[in-house]
Amino acid sequence: MNQTIGMPVAAPHATTSNSPGRVMATVMAALAPATLFGFWLYGWPAIYLWSITIGFTLLGEAFCLRLMGRKAIPVLFDGSAALTGWLLALSLPPWAPWWIGAFGGLFAAVLGKQVFGGLGQNLFNPAMVARVALLISFPLQMTAWVAPLPISSAAAPGLIDGLLITLKGVPPAYDAVASASLLGFAKTELSRGVDLLQALLHAPTQAWYGSRPGSLGETAAWLIAGGGVAMMLLRLITWHIPLAMLAGIAVPALILHAVDPARYLDATTHIFSGGAMLGAFFIATDYVTSPNTPKGQLIFGAGCGLLTFVIRTWAGYPEGVAFAVLLMNALTPVIDAYVKPRIYGRDRRGVALEPVK
Amino acid sequence: MGFIDRFFKQPRWGVHPDDNKRPAADVPLRVLPPPARVYLPLHQHVGGAARPVVLVGQKVLKGQLLAAAQGNISAPIHASVSGIVSAIGEVTAPHPSGLGFAAITIDNDFADNWIATDPVADPFALAPEEIARRTGLAGVVGLGGATFPAAVKFALGKRLAVTTLIVNGGECEPYLSSDDRIMRDHADQVIDGARIVMHAIGAREALVGIEDNKPEAIAAMTLAAAPFPEVKIRPVPARYPMGSDKQLIQTLTGKEVPADARAAEVGVLVHNVSTCAAVHQAIRLGQPLVERIVTVNGGAVAHPGNLFAPLGTLVDDLLAFCELKEKPARLILGGPMMGTPLLHGKIPLVKGASGILAFNAREAIVPAVGPCIRCGNCTRACPMGLLPLEMAARIRAGQLDAAVNFCLSDCISCGCCAYVCPSHIPLVQYFSHAKGELAGRERARLRSEAARRLIEARVIRLEREAKEKSAAAARRKAERAAAKAKAAAEQAQGETA
Repeated sequence: MNQTIGMPVAAPHATTSNSPGRVMATVMAALAPATLFGFWLYGWPAIYLWSITIGFTLLGEAFCLRLMGRKAIPVLFDGSAALTGWLLALSLPPWAPWWIGAFGGLFAAVLGKQVFGGLGQNLFNPAMVARVALLISFPLQMTAWVAPLPISSAAAPGLIDGLLITLKGVPPAYDAVASASLLGFAKTELSRGVDLLQALLHAPTQAWYGSRPGSLGETAAWLIAGGGVAMMLLRLITWHIPLAMLAGIAVPALILHAVDPARYLDATTHIFSGGAMLGAFFIATDYVTSPNTPKGQLIFGAGCGLLTFVIRTWAGYPEGVAFAVLLMNALTPVIDAYVKPRIYGRDRRGVALEPVK
Repeated sequence: MGFIDRFFKQPRWGVHPDDNKRPAADVPLRVLPPPARVYLPLHQHVGGAARPVVLVGQKVLKGQLLAAAQGNISAPIHASVSGIVSAIGEVTAPHPSGLGFAAITIDNDFADNWIATDPVADPFALAPEEIARRTGLAGVVGLGGATFPAAVKFALGKRLAVTTLIVNGGECEPYLSSDDRIMRDHADQVIDGARIVMHAIGAREALVGIEDNKPEAIAAMTLAAAPFPEVKIRPVPARYPMGSDKQLIQTLTGKEVPADARAAEVGVLVHNVSTCAAVHQAIRLGQPLVERIVTVNGGAVAHPGNLFAPLGTLVDDLLAFCELKEKPARLILGGPMMGTPLLHGKIPLVKGASGILAFNAREAIVPAVGPCIRCGNCTRACPMGLLPLEMAARIRAGQLDAAVNFCLSDCISCGCCAYVCPSHIPLVQYFSHAKGELAGRERARLRSEAARRLIEARVIRLEREAKEKSAAAARRKAERAAAKAKAAAEQAQGETA
């Protein structure tokens, strides 16, 4: 007892058992049901692509860490790179070739994240940076959707066939399954001059439970939303960004669909199509790239939603979640600079309150 | 607490750490056998250090004045045992630096002879100023940890016509239960002390805020306060930092203390329950503050609980009485959220010490610090509505002024942000560092200001002196010329005559 007990440490002498690793693991657990559903729907090629995307994201992260002379293993175990790869994989066409996942994973980890300085430093959501880079570089592969072919059905590719699809591309035998996502279909038909009332009569089949052509994260919209609500209940995220983003898509859709249903898709289709759910609950809510005050989050979420709607409706691309999120990511520092919480004893502008007896 | 309450009545700020108060809180109060020697620091309060008025070798009685208050904000120190003053010198301060500070050492003669006291039968017949004077002379300071001299606060409350006294029984720090214990065992003293304080500051009502995790204290206090309708017991949600003045005021009255203002300016004054009990003893019994209840707790303590101990007892003596199961991995003075780590146990118990914690290795784990993932947990936890992550990022980059723009000065160092941080970033340390740095800058600015004023004054003085010199020289020259002329004139006159 006479000698020094230890180096002085700053208060508090108690801390939460939470850690970034646990946060990331919980997010992954919330994503798991939707992912498993997607695996069932799209079979082995989807499983391979998912694994390759995550593998290359980890590889990219490890490469950068080694380059910086840091130990890679502890950082890889914080789970953030795996989560980035996972989110990217959920936004890809499930039967895309392996190099889409590989390139995307490397791009996300290296240029999306580590170039900025690693976890917590990146301005843009790494998964969305990679997705946009892929979409612009390889538009053909990134819009080649297939109709669901559940793993339990006889026609589904097996363990080996599935690997061949991922490695060598979809053989002609499976050409029948090529399809379009609903948003892509609507955009094409509109550009051909066919109005939506006519076009949607022969749209790709959409099952209420999510069996539809699209990415893993599109098909399982309900499960994605369920995972998002679970994260809210676990207080991992708050309701502000998801609700604002979905409202940002739904409100203009409601109004314009009511005005002209022949030209504008309805709100339900908008919310359950493309990356809307995945974006609202898992992408836009990324801590690092979103504002950290409730009001700022409402602005950010609404901006993501509105931009998504604008891009889907009037721009060249059928889907706009990735672009919308990146654009709002760029605005995050501005939102954070202007939208701050009111401080105790001060007004909104930071001026001390007048004493009131 | 019901489901609805839990979701809607909980404050939005703060954290809810494991309180670890029991079983220590439920163990009956034990009286520490007086130690052979006590070390009474001269600086146990906010303000100027006390000035010794005894000599080495002098025999003193328990309660005798050892050092008198010095300056407007200060408090006297009294002997906590009877015996001989054996030294006036340095002891280790309860500060992480482990630096020394001046203290008076008394060798206990175990006679327990009290000095003659001057009890007051009816404090309400005394003038408020007299109560403040007696409280000041008894050395009563804020016992919740702030250690601000109570009498100074009384005068402030009186001057600003405070209407509401808030009695702080929040005790939101985990592990601590000294306030809980005093409310359970001496509720009548606390209530009486609160009524005396009300009289001293002219308050009309007293609101006693007690966290709802202390049902026994609430029951005892409600019973003791029953005859006095002006004293109201108000259970508050158990949420850290409920015991912080600003948060308790807001919870109990709905008022906010403006930034850069004092609570008294919105008509409230906060005093801790233990301080109220000390006021009761100072006025009713005429006894100065020489003993206090201290919680000894932590995983390394075999028999945790609350001790009634003389001030100046060494931490080692307190720990020895409660017995250690293992060598503590960390010693803390105060609670785990805001307490001070102690380098060793040869440090005296001071007035503001509500607890001594001896953590075992598991409790003392310092998790590895990770990068900020901007999760915003700190922002949600901050009871002041600050943005800890933004301030820390700027301090890290050395941009202290930018951190000040985020109202760094409003930070109450409660530790909520660092507690919830999943990356275990020592945010409070960043803020303390920045505050220290800014205070240093301010001192340097004042110094250079003072130096500049001195230089300017010197320049003016030198100019004035030079002017005076030349004026004097001119005058002397003129005088000489005049004398010469006069002499010449006289000579000329003589010649002509």
